Amino acid sequence: MDAIKDAVKSYILKEFLPGEDPNELTDSTPLVTGGILDSLATLKLVSFLEEQYGIAVHAHEADVEHLDTVQDIAALVRSKM
Amino acid sequence: MAYEVQLHELLDSAARRTPGAVAVEEPDGAQTTGGAVTYCQLAELSDRVRDRLRSLGVRPGDRVGLYMRKSIDGLAVIFGALKAGAAYVPVDPQAPPSRNAYILNDCSVRAVVMERRLEAHWREAIEQLGPTPQTILVDGVGGGRGLAAALADDSAPVSASSSNASAPTELAYILYTSGSTGKPKGVMLSKANAMSYVDWCSDVFEPSASDRFSSHAPFHFDLSILDIYVPLKHGATLVLVGEEAGKDPCRLAGLIEQRRLTVWYSAPSILSLLAQYGDLAKRDLSSLRLVLFAGEVFPVKHLRAVKALVPRPRYFNLYGPTETNVCTYYEIPAEIPVERTDPYPIGKTCEHLASRVVDGAGRDVPAGDEGELCIAGGSVMQGYWNLPEQTARAFFVDAAGRSWYRTGDIVKTDAAGDFVFLGRRDRMVKRRGYRVELGEIEAGLYRHPAIREAAVVATSNDEAGVRIRAFLSCHDRQRLSLVQLKRFCAENLPLYMVPDTFEVVDALPKTSTDKIDYQRLKDST
Repeated sequence: MDAIKDAVKSYILKEFLPGEDPNELTDSTPLVTGGILDSLATLKLVSFLEEQYGIAVHAHEADVEHLDTVQDIAALVRSKM
Repeated sequence: MAYEVQLHELLDSAARRTPGAVAVEEPDGAQTTGGAVTYCQLAELSDRVRDRLRSLGVRPGDRVGLYMRKSIDGLAVIFGALKAGAAYVPVDPQAPPSRNAYILNDCSVRAVVMERRLEAHWREAIEQLGPTPQTILVDGVGGGRGLAAALADDSAPVSASSSNASAPTELAYILYTSGSTGKPKGVMLSKANAMSYVDWCSDVFEPSASDRFSSHAPFHFDLSILDIYVPLKHGATLVLVGEEAGKDPCRLAGLIEQRRLTVWYSAPSILSLLAQYGDLAKRDLSSLRLVLFAGEVFPVKHLRAVKALVPRPRYFNLYGPTETNVCTYYEIPAEIPVERTDPYPIGKTCEHLASRVVDGAGRDVPAGDEGELCIAGGSVMQGYWNLPEQTARAFFVDAAGRSWYRTGDIVKTDAAGDFVFLGRRDRMVKRRGYRVELGEIEAGLYRHPAIREAAVVATSNDEAGVRIRAFLSCHDRQRLSLVQLKRFCAENLPLYMVPDTFEVVDALPKTSTDKIDYQRLKDST
């Protein structure tokens, strides 16, 4: 679980928060409602998850309910592995 | 009270009424010595400029360049040119010589009155463009002494001949503003345009001979028109604020206090600086009766801070492009509610003008809908110098044959009948199908307590589409994290308005007129 969180965090930091202090991004930082992931960024994140973990994320899952925090994302990934 | 005189007669008229009254004070600068002149002295000095210009071949209808630091000398040149029947063309002495050479060549000035220290580089630049105009070279401007010395070798006595009674439709000045093509374009204003505006200022601000006006804006900026002509019309005193002092809040606050200014007029950003760094709580600024601001949106939190520190004066938000000068105005209410974050309206149309709000097809929009503000009337420009196509595009003619200037600004009318400024037509971008006004994002950013300045630009390319970049400076150099910033935006703005990138800098770049330099931000990578 922590490995997934770390991978997701470093991906988000690299892609969407360049230059940011990693400590600012916590497990519960709101990503979609917090303005960090817009709709395009969400699509990019989903394709990263699918490729990295060999899973399929359905369209209805690529929403704020499943992807708003690193914790939510890690839980979604784990539920599919 | 109105005086039935023309623009170039304002000075002489006041000099006849109150010859010994102080017309202009010029405080000392760091390296310069100022002084003061009476109405009589300024009128005489400008007569000598008029005579020298005539002897150099300047005729009514010509242009005369003004290329020097703001000073009593510069004011005398302005009136000397007007008295000769010429239009003056002020350029920024701090701008690159090549730009000034372009401007002065573009409107083919007959003569330039300039500081000698600026001559060599300018001459080099203008010689490449065309014929070099006549010059009057002034060594060390300040207090009018440098100019008087430059005119001293005139063998001819001061002529008793009167000044040219030129037609009011003749040009009074040409103010160059940055053009979208990258070349500055000259906004032509007639003497009647200027008088129309000056008379309106008289009616609304009711100046008297005991008023003491600031002159903060440089002469090449349209705010200077109020500064130069309104106090003079009423026999009041104008206090010049030099370039260096103009950006130093401590010195500005000291100047308002010591010189007992009664009317202040500047861009909002200067007032914000005064409130933050001017130590105003320790100053006695009780002389101020009017605070006027124009040129950009005044973020409410900064306006509130200024009003809290300087509560006595009436505050007016003046709005208008150089092409019309001020065309709408709004008096800020005595109390600004603590919860208010929206900027105040730009208000109602000035009484000497008419306005309408039109859609993209030039049809009047229903009341309350948004559209482009268009202006007609006495102070609307004659056109852009030597740019007939741009001039034609700037106006539309209605069925009754009346010409309306398109401001390029999108407004709507609120319930009280005041215009609310929504943004520049060219600052509206489409992003993912949504219409985004960059100014609205800025207003959202200004709500953050740590943010001192915010500017948002949009760039677009085929690959990334429209990208929105925010540039910020923070109070006390605070460091804001991207997560905090994005989260704050998401709480205050629709998600499609959250900027893609944030760049925090010590201070945002400014133009010579103290507005945020958007072009430089756009060009930065």
